[in-house]
Amino acid sequence: MKSFKNHFSLVIALVSILFSIQIFVIVDRTMEAYKENLANNYSIIIISQKKLQDQEILDQSELISRVTELSADNVIERLNSGITEKNKELLKLTLPKFYKLNLTQYPSPSQIKNLRKKLLKIDSIKKIEDFSHNHDTTYKLLLLFKTVVFVFAIVVFVVTTLLIFKELRIWQFKHNERMSIMALFGAPIWLRSAVLFRLAIVDAIIAGIITFGLFIYISSSPLIKEQFENLSINIVVFDLINDTAVLFTASITLSIILALMIVIGHKEEV
Amino acid sequence: MDKVIMAQDLSLSYSNNETIINKANFSIDSGSFIFITGASGSGKSTLLKSLYGSLKPKQGSLIVGGVELRGVSNSKLNFLRRHIGIVFQDYKLVKEWTIEKNIMLPLIINGYEKGVTQNQVDSLLKHVRLKHQSGKYPLELSGGEQQRVAMARALAHNPILILADEPTGNLDDYSSQLIWNLLEGANEQLNTTVIVVTHNIPRNLNVDYKHYNIEYGSIHEVV
Repeated sequence: MKSFKNHFSLVIALVSILFSIQIFVIVDRTMEAYKENLANNYSIIIISQKKLQDQEILDQSELISRVTELSADNVIERLNSGITEKNKELLKLTLPKFYKLNLTQYPSPSQIKNLRKKLLKIDSIKKIEDFSHNHDTTYKLLLLFKTVVFVFAIVVFVVTTLLIFKELRIWQFKHNERMSIMALFGAPIWLRSAVLFRLAIVDAIIAGIITFGLFIYISSSPLIKEQFENLSINIVVFDLINDTAVLFTASITLSIILALMIVIGHKEEV
Repeated sequence: MDKVIMAQDLSLSYSNNETIINKANFSIDSGSFIFITGASGSGKSTLLKSLYGSLKPKQGSLIVGGVELRGVSNSKLNFLRRHIGIVFQDYKLVKEWTIEKNIMLPLIINGYEKGVTQNQVDSLLKHVRLKHQSGKYPLELSGGEQQRVAMARALAHNPILILADEPTGNLDDYSSQLIWNLLEGANEQLNTTVIVVTHNIPRNLNVDYKHYNIEYGSIHEVV
């Protein structure tokens, strides 16, 4: 019971921190996947009076990932009311050329503005449709979501920092006496702090295991899977190798920093 | 005879700069039994703290066990402390350790082998009549029993010097006698130098001792 109590407070603080870190990672991953989704679904249409080489368009900006010429057949099909094949061919030749541009990322309004300017430098391009109204609304929503996540991260950082400092004070109180007594009998600093570091590492591993278990459960939960499916987002909620490594590294690093601060701040009572 | 402690023009003060010991000169022979007395606040405990390096001399020189304590490095201080046994008035036992582990502390620090450590601890627990309590924690013992544990810890590594601050201050007669017997035994059988800070020197001691008194920041031998 005594041993459990010794570990409990730090383990809980560490689990809270690790939980926050992993939640932030998941939110960030979701955001990236959502942005990618938006980028995939978003395209700009340009209308040119003459046929353009793909490379000529691609050279205008690194933002452009793909150029697809849109076939004029669909447009002609709609007008298909007694037009002869010969006239169809003639019409095809006179119609302007339509190109769909896919982008490497979901652009900001200023990026679209710049891209527009660059494309209009090509003389034959007469019109660009960037769907700016829809784009701006979506972009603003994305920005709002990002801001909310950022505020959430700041709050988590402040709370976890307070938790760490509270834990630091408890640890200082708990370990100072023993370290002072050991110092009075000539124990070198590594021996005085050995118990502290052992406790810190054991607690870090326990906290890592608890958080690992928690996220394994969460990632396999049908409820969570359904939520992501509803958003048409397919992300890895918990990456067994990378996320586990991040969790354990963060946990052990934090605990060792905590222990180091106590060792550095330790002063022998006079 | 070798000198285990040598002080020359030794001045001691805390951070408020009030001088507690002023330009004291004394030396203590190896293997001697010393009592230091003085009124409350005269500087007895302060002098003892300086002998184990918790309070560094402001002026003068203080050599303990061949180590100059003025400006001493941490590694040298640790080395010196490994050869000193200290008994504190408030015991200073590690509360979360059993009394057996508390007694083991100086042996672990000095790198004794596990087997030797266990034998030594068992023997000391018998001497302080606490063998049956070895698994208990300090707060489960009475004040007298805790002081006996502190005494056993101070003797565990056969130190060259034992410093005891009011070791029988609040103890019953039985525990007090046990403490004095142990200090006498260490002094006679192991030639350990013993320095005891106390208000009252016991009358029934079987060892020759020297008596120093501290008054107004000066240390005088009482003949």
